[in-house]
Order: sequence, then C-alpha cells, then structure tokens
Amino acid sequence: MAQATASAPGAQAAGPASRGAGSRRLRGARNYVALIPFHAYVGLFLILPTLIVTVGAFTTLEGGLTLDNVVRMFTDDTFVSAFLKSIQLAITTAIAGAIFGALLAWAVARGDPNGQLRQVVVAASGVLAQFGGVMLAFAFLATFGFNGLVTLFFTDVIRFDVLPDPSWLYSLTGLAVVYTYFQIPLMLIVFLPSLDGLRQEWYDASASLGGGAWAFWRNVGGPILAPSFLGALLLLFTNAFSAYATAAALISQGAPLITLQIANQFQSEVVLGQENVGKAIALGMIIVVSVVMAAYALIQRRASRWVR
Amino acid sequence: MTLPQGLDLGAAAPDGGALLSRPPRGRRRRRSRLQLATRIAILVLIFGYLILPLFAMLEFSSRGDYGARNLQNFQAILDYPDLVDGIVTSLEIAILTVVGMLVLLVPTMVWTVIRVPRMRRVVEFLCLLPLAIPAIVIVVGIAPMYQWMGRHLGVFGGSPLTLAFIDIILVLPYAYRAIDSGIRMVDVATLADAARSLGAGWPRTIFQVIVPNIRGGILSASVLAVALVLGEFTISQLLSFRTLQVVIYLLGKRDPYVSVAVSLSALVFAFILLYVITRFAPGAGERARRGVEEEPAT
Repeated sequence: MAQATASAPGAQAAGPASRGAGSRRLRGARNYVALIPFHAYVGLFLILPTLIVTVGAFTTLEGGLTLDNVVRMFTDDTFVSAFLKSIQLAITTAIAGAIFGALLAWAVARGDPNGQLRQVVVAASGVLAQFGGVMLAFAFLATFGFNGLVTLFFTDVIRFDVLPDPSWLYSLTGLAVVYTYFQIPLMLIVFLPSLDGLRQEWYDASASLGGGAWAFWRNVGGPILAPSFLGALLLLFTNAFSAYATAAALISQGAPLITLQIANQFQSEVVLGQENVGKAIALGMIIVVSVVMAAYALIQRRASRWVR
Repeated sequence: MTLPQGLDLGAAAPDGGALLSRPPRGRRRRRSRLQLATRIAILVLIFGYLILPLFAMLEFSSRGDYGARNLQNFQAILDYPDLVDGIVTSLEIAILTVVGMLVLLVPTMVWTVIRVPRMRRVVEFLCLLPLAIPAIVIVVGIAPMYQWMGRHLGVFGGSPLTLAFIDIILVLPYAYRAIDSGIRMVDVATLADAARSLGAGWPRTIFQVIVPNIRGGILSASVLAVALVLGEFTISQLLSFRTLQVVIYLLGKRDPYVSVAVSLSALVFAFILLYVITRFAPGAGERARRGVEEEPAT
C-alpha cells in the first residue's frame, strides 16, 4: 500500500501534462522502439523470403540480371498449363464451395446461436477447412479409393457398376471433389458472421410490408450479403489456388497444378540448376494471390458496414 | 389487403407494434415450417457430404483380418517409431510456436492499443499478410536461410524445431484475430492506466494485469496455433523435416490402414481442441445475447 502511494506521484509526474515538447518526441520514439522486435521478426521470416523470391525471379544462378525465368514461365507449356489448371480448379471449387457453404451457413445461422449444432459445425469446419491437407486426401482414399467404403459398397453390396474406375480420384475431377470438401467449411466460417448480421427486424419489416421469402432475399438479404459473398468467393479462390498438401498426397504422377510445379522445381533445383524458374513461378503466385486478396480487403470493408 | 391496414395501424398508434406483427406471424409460422424442412434437407445433404469421408476413415481404419472389426490399426500407431517421433516433434514445435507467438504478439498488440494506436493498422496488415503469401512460396524464399542456418548454427540450425520460426508466421493471421477479439472485450487502456498509476512497471502491467484479462483470446490463439502446427505439411515436407504430417504422408504408401487411423485420430484431436475454444472463446456468450458476431473471422 505504502509502496503504491509512494510511486503514484512519480507516475503522475511522468504523465502527459508535465511533458515538454522535446521529451514528448523522445517518448514517441520510445513507443515505437517497443514495436521493433515484432517488425524485425516479420521482416526476417516473411518479408525477407518474399524479397528473396522476387529478386531470384529476375536473376541467374550466378547473380546476373535476367528476364529468362519470367519468359520461361510464360512460354513453357508445362508452366502455362499448370497455371491455367490451378486457376480453373480454384474457380470451380470456389464457386461450388461458396454455394454449398453459404447454404450450410444459412441452415446453421437460423438455429440457436449458442446451441450444440452450431458449436459442433463451427468447430468441425475449422478443422476441415484449415488443418486437413494430407489427412483429407487419405479420407477420400478411404471413401472412393480402390478399397474405399463407397467403392466397395457399390461393387460388393449393390454389385452394380455405376461408379467410374476409382482412378478418377487421382485426376483433376478428384482434386475438385476433395478441394470442394475443404472449401465448404471455409465458406461457412467466413460467411456465418455476415448471416448473423441479418437482423430479425429486417425479416419482420419485410414481412409486415407483405414480402415473402423471395421478396426478402431479392430486396433485402441478397443485396446486403452480396459483398460478403463475393469477398468470401475471392478468399476461397486463393485458398484453393495456393493449396499444396492435398494435391501432393493425391497426385503421384505428373504435376498438373502450379503448386506441384513449384515443389518439383524446388526439389530438382540442384540437379537441373533451374532454381530460379521456381522463384519466377512463386512470384507469379504471389501476384495472383495479392491482387485477389486486395480485392477481398476492399470488398470486406464495404461488407463490414452491415455486420455490427 | 393486410398491407394498407397494417401500415395504417402502425402510423396511427406508435405502440401498436404487437398488433402490427400479428399478420406476418401467421405467415411466418407457415414459412417457418417450410424453412425448417429446407434447413434439415440442407444439413442432411451437405453435412452428410462432410461426414461421409470421416465415417469412411473410421470404417477403413477399423478393418481387421477376415472382415473383423477391431482397433489394431490404432494400436499399431505406437509400433511405428517414425510415427511416434513425428508426433513428438510436432508437439514440440507446437509448444515453441505457441510460446514464440505469444511473446511476439501479445506485448506488441497491447502496446499498439495503449501507446501507438496509429500503428495498429500496420501491425494488423503485417499479421494478415501471410494470407497473401502461399506457404509454398515462403518455402522457396526461406530455403536459402535454412541452408545457412544448417551450415552455421550447428545442431540447432538443422533441427526440425526451427520450423517454429515459420509456423509463428503462418499462425499470425489466426492468432491476431483471436487476441484482437480478446482485447476488444476489455478496456485495455484504462486497465493499463490504473496499473501504472499504482506503480506497476510496463512488464508487470502487461503480464500481470492485462494478460489475465485477455486470457480467453490468448487461449484461442494458442489452440489455433497447436492445430495449425499439427496439420502443417507443405513446409516440413519441402525442407525435409519429419513432422507428423510428413510421416503420415510417407506411411500412407506403406500401410494405408495405419496412416488413415493416425489421420482420423489427429482430426478428432483437432476437433476437440477447436470445439473447446468455440464454447469458451471470448464473446461466445455476448454473441449469443446479441445474435451478432462482432467481426468476420478469416
């Protein structure tokens, strides 16, 4: 107690009122010093690697300036087709994931906000959307693979060959199915807060003016949710575009996707001495993802007006 | 015909709200039955799609010899020393990541709120930046740094535990959101003023006064970090470190049954972790009361 009262005047003396202009500037500078460790860390482990990629994309292995890496990325059929396939896969699964995820989010949001259903779905979505990777690929092998549950069910129990050869799972179609599987829960996590933002008063207002469900979604719900939905779509796109683990675990022959191409380049760099083509592709990925994420941030700012 | 009548009532009597809502209520009941049916249909179909592969994992991994059902594939997890090593390595990395993330992020975030609010957006931007830089790109850029560490920092430099450095970066977006929502729940600036005016130094203010008040956010951030580290594959595989996911991946080619058993166990473990934080996350009660979440999660 005595200690507290003794030091109280000292603390007050250092308060804003008694500070001179010079010491205030010093204080201001000292305030920023406390942020140095964080910035240094992010600089070292995030910004520096990004710079290494960026610089590497424009240099030869000997360190000279070159555009060869970038030119190869745009002219080599393998890279161009991998880029296109990645984008195609990302668009398809983003749209499918967004639609199914939004429906699921709506079904959950209409329920008790603190109920079991919601908590279970949200937690399960977190796991499936963000921490699956390799494990989800195995889940699908256990379902649709050569010895999978569904495959065996059709061949042994029903004895009816409706399913195509189980090797479809290892193709782009298979990837699309597995990617959609983790896009749906991601959509739920991103979209649920926006649905929660739709207030009961708005339903009531719409209903009291004679509006049915269709009128509500057409004139109130739809326009309010449109920016959130679009934003979530972009987020899902980047999520699928940059995914690597699932594809690596599922695809063992060839490298149809851009992330697999980067990994290939990365792993064979010593043998072929093409390290920096990988960096050019990596830079290309950063550019695609950054543009989409910037659009996402803009839309999100607009969408957040209604989510209070 | 209800429309003009309703409007009339509302205009005539400001407290005719209960009356006003009567016609829609009847309609809403009819609509709500349709809505309930739609909800159940959606939940069954889409949630069914999400559950099916998980159920298949259980079915697949519990297959015994000659059509028997047993848990021998789960017991076999312990027979693979690689797998046990991978689990231990990943848990160690998880602990380092949690500690590093908290030490780096909590004082910085609290400090920006109290002393330099104008830096708040900068810190937020840097924390969300990993979302714009795919993990596989970070690997390509960071590999030269790891080669350097491996050569110059001896045993430490080549240890898989150094993955914590990158995992801290990967967890920043999620940890930032979680801690930020914890900070928004309490008036951190006033708490700090109170502690300072009673003579506490900055370390004491942050660690003994503010941290206990935002422990919900800190707990969420830590759990998310653990789950992320246990699921991390891209970086460990390409830098050739044998973490849990890499071992599962390699084992998948040798013994798919056991690898599915481990995968299912890891997913269930992550689910339990996340379920606990959705129940006890900061603002869970608040959200229930208002029916609105304060901010979209990423």
